[in-house]
Amino acid sequence: MLDQPTNERRLTIARAMAEAMQQEMQRDPSVFVMGEDIAGFGGIFGNTRGLFEEFGKERVRDTPISETGFISAAVGAAMDGMRPVVELMFVDFFGVCFDAIYNQMAKNTYFAGANASVPMVLMTSTGGGYSDAGQHSQCLYGTFAHLPGMKVVSPSNAYDAKGLMTAAIRDDNPVVYMYHKGLQGMGWLGTEAGATVNTPEEEYTVEIGKAKVVRKGTDVTLVGLAMGVHNALKAADKLAEDGISAEVVDLVSLVPLDRETVINSVAKTGRLIVVDEDYHSYGVSGEIIASVTEHDISKLKASPARVTFPDVPIPYARNMEQFCLPNPDKIIDAYRKM
Amino acid sequence: MQPTKEQLLWMYENMVVSRRFEEAVEKAYLEGKAPAFNMANGPIPGEMHLSNGQEPVAVGVCAHLDANDIVTATHRPHHQAIAKGVDLKKMAAEIFGKSTGLSGGRGGHMHLIDPAVNFSCSGIIGESCGPACGAALSRKMQNKPGVAVAFLGEGAANQGAFHEALNLAGAWDLPVVFVIEDNSWGISVPKSEATAVARNDVRAAGYDMPGHYIPGNDPYAIFDIAGEAIARARDGKGPTLIEVETYRLAGHFMGDAEQYRPEGEKDALFAKDPIPKMRERLLADGHAAKDLDELETRAEARVTEAITFARDSAYAPDTDALTAVFV
Ligand SMILES: Cc1ncc(C[n+]2csc(CCOP(=O)(O)OP(=O)(O)O)c2C)c(N)n1
Repeated sequence: MLDQPTNERRLTIARAMAEAMQQEMQRDPSVFVMGEDIAGFGGIFGNTRGLFEEFGKERVRDTPISETGFISAAVGAAMDGMRPVVELMFVDFFGVCFDAIYNQMAKNTYFAGANASVPMVLMTSTGGGYSDAGQHSQCLYGTFAHLPGMKVVSPSNAYDAKGLMTAAIRDDNPVVYMYHKGLQGMGWLGTEAGATVNTPEEEYTVEIGKAKVVRKGTDVTLVGLAMGVHNALKAADKLAEDGISAEVVDLVSLVPLDRETVINSVAKTGRLIVVDEDYHSYGVSGEIIASVTEHDISKLKASPARVTFPDVPIPYARNMEQFCLPNPDKIIDAYRKM
Repeated sequence: MQPTKEQLLWMYENMVVSRRFEEAVEKAYLEGKAPAFNMANGPIPGEMHLSNGQEPVAVGVCAHLDANDIVTATHRPHHQAIAKGVDLKKMAAEIFGKSTGLSGGRGGHMHLIDPAVNFSCSGIIGESCGPACGAALSRKMQNKPGVAVAFLGEGAANQGAFHEALNLAGAWDLPVVFVIEDNSWGISVPKSEATAVARNDVRAAGYDMPGHYIPGNDPYAIFDIAGEAIARARDGKGPTLIEVETYRLAGHFMGDAEQYRPEGEKDALFAKDPIPKMRERLLADGHAAKDLDELETRAEARVTEAITFARDSAYAPDTDALTAVFV
C-alpha cells in the first residue's frame, strides 16, 4: 500500500475504478468484465470507460438484461479459473438475481470446504439524493453485509476506490464492490467534490477489512462509509467551529468489519454516532453500535446515536427524499442531544 | 380486426395526447438543468424515460381494453398510462412530485399506480410479466371478467421473469397478453447483440401460445392483432405473445448522448414518425382535416391543463415520506 501521494493526479471514483480494472486486465488475462452497457457505453456510471476500446468485446462484454444468467455465469467462470468483474447496474436490481449472489457466489467456497474458490467482483451502484425513487436509490449495505461468504466494500474517495478494486480483483474470494452514485464524479448525478482525490497511476491495493480514521478528534466518533463519510466530515467541520472535536472513521469495508478501529476511537472519545444512508433498522448502524457496546459499554459517556434513512421506501419527491436522507445537520443535532 | 371510425379517432387522439405530454414533460424536465445537466435539479428531477415514437403500441392495444382490464407497464410508461386512461392531471402531478399526484409524489414517473383504471408499472426490467399473470389468475379464480396485458421492452424479454411468466400463462391458460415493444435498443445494447433470436414471437412456441410479430410501428396492424389476442383471452382461450417493431425517438433517458446510435438512425426514425403518418392515412381515408385539427387542439388543451395542474399543486409535507408504507 502506498501513502497518499503529494503530486496532483486527481481522479474521479469512476476513473479510478476503470484504471484499476484496466491495469488488472493488462496484468492478468483471466480478468474480464461483463454487465449491461459496460462496453461501448463505458458503464452508465462511467466506471468501465476505455476498457472496451483497449480489450475488445471478448473481455469486455455487454450482457443481455439477464442478471441471474450472467451473474451466475460469473460464478461458474470464477470457479473455472477466470476472474470476472461483473456489474449489477443498480444494487436495487439484486431482487432479480440474488440467488446467484448469496446462494452460489457467497457459499460455494464453504460448500467446497475451501477446496474451491470464487474469485469474482460484483460491482454495483448505490445511493440516492437525486430523486430516482424507490427502485433506483437504495444502499442495501446491511442486506449484503448480513449474508456470510462475500466480502463487501464501499469506497468514499477515488484513492480507496482504485486500491479496493485492485484488491478485490486479486482476492480469491467474492467481493461485492458498492460504489455510491453521488460520489462517482458524474456531473449529471451531481457529485461530492471530496471524493475526487489524488490517485497514483501505479498499481496499489487498499486492504479489504481495514477501516481508516480520516479525521482525528477527541469528543465524538462519527462512523460512516461512502457518502456517510462526507456527511460526517462536513459535520465535523461545523462542530469544530463550536470547539467540538469529532473523529471520523471511514469503514471502507463492511465485510470483514474492522471493529477494532471503531472501538479504539470510541474508547478515546466516549461518544458514537453512526451515519448510514441505508435503512435504519437491522443494518450497519445497529451492527456498529452493538459491536461497541458489547465490547465494553463503560467506555460510552452517552447513548450512541445513528443518523440513517427511516424505514420507508425511498420517496421520489425531492423534499421528501431530502427529509429522509442523512445530512451534516442531522449529525450535529444527534450530537447536541447526547 | 378493423377499427371503427370512433376507435381510429380515439387512437389518434391518444397518440397526440401522449406526444404533447412527452414534449411538455421534456420541456419542464430541462428547466433548471442548464448550463450543467444535473438530474437532481429542476421541477422534474430523477431519471426520465420518454416514449415518443412508441405511441402506436399503446393505443393499438388499449383500444380493446376498458378500465376493468389490467395493464402492467414498464419504466417507460407514459404512453401506456395515457392509453389505459390514467388520470392525466394526477399523472402529471406525480411526475412533478406533487401532493396531488397518484401517490402524492412518493412514486414518481417509473411508479405510476392508478387502481381506478387497473394500471401499474415498475422500474425493474421484466417485472410487468408476473403481476399480469397474477391479475389474470385472480379474474379467473373470482369468475370475473377482464384480461391482463403486460407491456415490456424487447430487452426485458431476456429476463427470467419474462420466461417464467410466459410458462405460467401457458401452463394455466391465463387470460393475459404479453406485448413487447421492440424499439431495438436496451439502453445502448442493440437487440441483435443481446437476444438469441431475431424476433421474440418465436419464443411463444416454447410456452404453447400463439406468437405474432408486427413490423412497421403500424397502429392499424397493432389494433388488428392485439384485438384478436385480447378477444381470445376474453373467450378463455389463453395467452398470446405479440412483438411490435416500434421506434424510440428519444434517448434512453433524458441526458443520454446516444452515441451508440449508428449515423443517420435518428433521422430515418423521425422520417417514419407514426403520428404524422397516421394523420396522412386518416386524411387519405376521408377524415376531414378540420376534425383532426380540432382533435389535436383538444389534445393539446388536455395536456396544458394537466401540466398547469401539476405546476400549481403543492408539494406534500416532508413528513408524508413516512406515511403510506402500510394501509
Ligand atoms: C432488472 C433491471 N435490470 C436493469 C435495469 C436497467 N435498465 C433500465 S431500462 C433498461 C433497458 C430496457 O430495455 P427494454 O426492455 O428494451 O426497454 P426500453 O428501455 O427500450 O423501452 C435497463 C437495462 C433495470 N431497470 N432493471
